[in-house]
Amino acid sequence: MTARRNLLLGVELSGTGAHPASWRRPDSRAEELFTAGYWLDAITAADRYGLDLVFLPDSFALQPVGALGRLEAVGVAARAAAATYRIGLIPQVPVTHTEPFHVSKAVASVDFATLGRAGWEVTVSRGQSALFGRKAEQDEVSLWAEADEAVEVVTRLWDSWEDDAEIRDAATGRFIDRDKLHYIDYVGEHFSVKGPSITPRPPQGQPIVVIRAADPHSTAVAVRRADVIRVAAADLAAAAQARAEVRAAVAAAGRDPDRVSVLVDLDVHLAATEENAVVDVAQLEVWTPTADPNTLRHIGTADTLRELLGRIHATGAGDGVVLRPLAVAAFTAALPKLAPRLRDRLGLPRPVDRYAPTA
Amino acid sequence: MPDTQVRRQVHLAAHFPGVNNTTVWRDPDSGSQIDFDSFVHLARTAERGLFDFFFLAEGLRLREHRDRIHDLDVVGRPDTLTVLNALAGVTTRLGLAGTINTTYNEPFELARQFGTLDHLSGGRAAWNAVTSSDAFTGENFRRGGYLEHAKRYTRAAEVIDATRALWDGWSAPPIVDRDRGIFTAAPATVRFHSDQFDIEGPFVLPPSPQGYPVLLQAGDSAEGREFAAAKADAIFSMHGELEDGQQFYRDVKGRLAKYGRSRDDLLILPAATYVLGDTPADAQERARHIRRQQVGPQTALAFLEQVWGRDLSGYDPDGPLPDVDPADNVNITRGRVRHAKDPRAVADAWRSRAEAEGLSIRELIIAVTARQQFVGTPAEVAAEIDRYVQHDACDGFVLVPHLTPGGLDDFVEKVVPELQDRGSFRTEYTGTTLREHLGLRHPHRTSEGVRAS
Ligand SMILES: Cc1cc2nc3c(=O)[nH]c(=O)nc-3n(C[C@H](O)[C@H](O)[C@H](O)COP(=O)(O)O)c2cc1C
Repeated sequence: MTARRNLLLGVELSGTGAHPASWRRPDSRAEELFTAGYWLDAITAADRYGLDLVFLPDSFALQPVGALGRLEAVGVAARAAAATYRIGLIPQVPVTHTEPFHVSKAVASVDFATLGRAGWEVTVSRGQSALFGRKAEQDEVSLWAEADEAVEVVTRLWDSWEDDAEIRDAATGRFIDRDKLHYIDYVGEHFSVKGPSITPRPPQGQPIVVIRAADPHSTAVAVRRADVIRVAAADLAAAAQARAEVRAAVAAAGRDPDRVSVLVDLDVHLAATEENAVVDVAQLEVWTPTADPNTLRHIGTADTLRELLGRIHATGAGDGVVLRPLAVAAFTAALPKLAPRLRDRLGLPRPVDRYAPTA
Repeated sequence: MPDTQVRRQVHLAAHFPGVNNTTVWRDPDSGSQIDFDSFVHLARTAERGLFDFFFLAEGLRLREHRDRIHDLDVVGRPDTLTVLNALAGVTTRLGLAGTINTTYNEPFELARQFGTLDHLSGGRAAWNAVTSSDAFTGENFRRGGYLEHAKRYTRAAEVIDATRALWDGWSAPPIVDRDRGIFTAAPATVRFHSDQFDIEGPFVLPPSPQGYPVLLQAGDSAEGREFAAAKADAIFSMHGELEDGQQFYRDVKGRLAKYGRSRDDLLILPAATYVLGDTPADAQERARHIRRQQVGPQTALAFLEQVWGRDLSGYDPDGPLPDVDPADNVNITRGRVRHAKDPRAVADAWRSRAEAEGLSIRELIIAVTARQQFVGTPAEVAAEIDRYVQHDACDGFVLVPHLTPGGLDDFVEKVVPELQDRGSFRTEYTGTTLREHLGLRHPHRTSEGVRAS
């Protein structure tokens, strides 16, 4: 069981950073958190320096601590569409309170605006039913059973137009061949949706579905439905084991594990030297102490991070990683050093300078 | 109009060509209705023309005719809010208006979606709150078509009140105090209780640049007009003829006083189409050509079937009207507003007109569905548009081009300069937000620029 040829590199942009005190850093740009400029700078940097995916977390709830408030993730992804060229844009969209019909056309439309770079991270909303006043709080079983239906509805709607449904046939006066549009006629416990979508099949056909396998309920949905499965693990061995288990479960669900990528979370803080990085994080912890995460962590330099990524690749601990910067601004500044250079991508070492004095 | 008065300014918006027979797709210049580049083209054209805003309609179920998906018109559109957020990235001043239904969305998510658009566009968001609630559309949603027709505006008003309560949930933007570790004054718990909603909790976004995104209304009933007078910033209307427009204008503006609002607090913007030519005759000829493209033989029969309520596919569109009578009370088109309330009366009127003027089915449908308004040279069209605004028939127009995406190119190149020469249209954007373009007040700022309650 070898890892894929190239390690997929994603970054998750959560406000000013995954650490709740990140906004207090002088470089955080916390004042601009709700402006397009803040988000575009981070996302376009990730795009320019060769990252593959950007994840945009979302929730209707206010954060318990730190910088409060959150723009809607699909809106941010759409806003970044025209400013990026290669990176995949993966907003989270919770399905507990939102209609799958709306989710389907929104993600498909990000796919149209990016010419095929859209994904969707499926999440559920806990403890937020009072914000909607529509239904009672659900338990985990019910939340994920509903999410399972939502993914079914959304993906059926993406297929509800065949690719060549638009014909523009002047002779018969028909704009579409209606036989290539399909009612999905879905009836489930949580939804019934007639279809077809109002939006034609998006460029990718099916935008990428991402689900975090965090517990038995979400894992069950992930192994049945996700193209990309996110896992967390405390060390490389645990990550490799998590990946193996997920792949086995995917196979048991009758799917080809080689068509599913397993990405492991990697909390990260980068500075010019390892000492500086450690001092930075210690300062964040002074401001707001956090519990020890059960996640891979790299506090150091871009160079040592690249070494770690190499080890993850070599040991098959993941098909890729989702970097979670503790402080987004510091990470963005360090990105040029992280960029996968062409030689790296070709597996060639960096040659020694022929004129440099040898030690 | 007296010379002493400042000339009333024309407001213009650009409607992205839609899902109906007036959008011509057979023309060789017709492009994609779904590719993002088409939206970019129209939006950039509108911004070059210094328009107030770009406008997107919405439909949540594909139209059906005789129980099958209607296949003669443009079909397929992207998600409204996604397109507008993406367009915010390729424009800098243009307002971005989206039609979003109040029946199939929840206030909390609407407040956050429009709040996000307003933040990400720097204060350019507008919401055309529509109310359609039929069970046909409801079949795509878990709330279904549960809402009685009469309750649409009750719910719409509650949705607007609820979203405004949420937008007011933060008393101020974040004040970032790094030394003391305070990001913001804690947002209040918003409590909104009404017939339809029980909402309780903090909102997730600080106040957006416009306070409340601009609110448009597009219904025409008495309830619709009252709703607009109470809450909306602008009405997107169908009253495009001069006298009809003046009546509508008087009626709606007359309703404002009882809500403590003044004439300038609500703009009236009818939909309008136009055709330009080098000479008046040239423009008329082009208009005729466009009408024939809009009403092809199959489309003519489909229109007739709407009134007759039965299959007329055996009839020749170039021949006379059917001599059979319409079926009683059959609505065979779904997903669009019905035209004929009394089919027999309409059929009789159409027959006598066709006989009197010697019109075939297709020619009759071309004649009775004509809504082409401004046809002429650029100078003529500019003069007409100006006349409507100076004579209180409206405050401007939502222009509905018949071609995607180049349908406004000639208007911006040729008519806008004429309007500018008349002193009726801006020569540059003077504000950055849509409220500023429309001359509307910020909901929370008094004239001194401070926050009022
Ligand atoms: C000019 C105009 C444009 C409209 N555009 C839309 C639209 O894009 N989507 C929609 O669902 N309803 C649209 N409507 C429908 C209205 O929101 C409303 O449901 C309908 O007019 C019935 O309300 P009324 O009885 O007050 O006229 C539009 C109505 C008008 C007059």
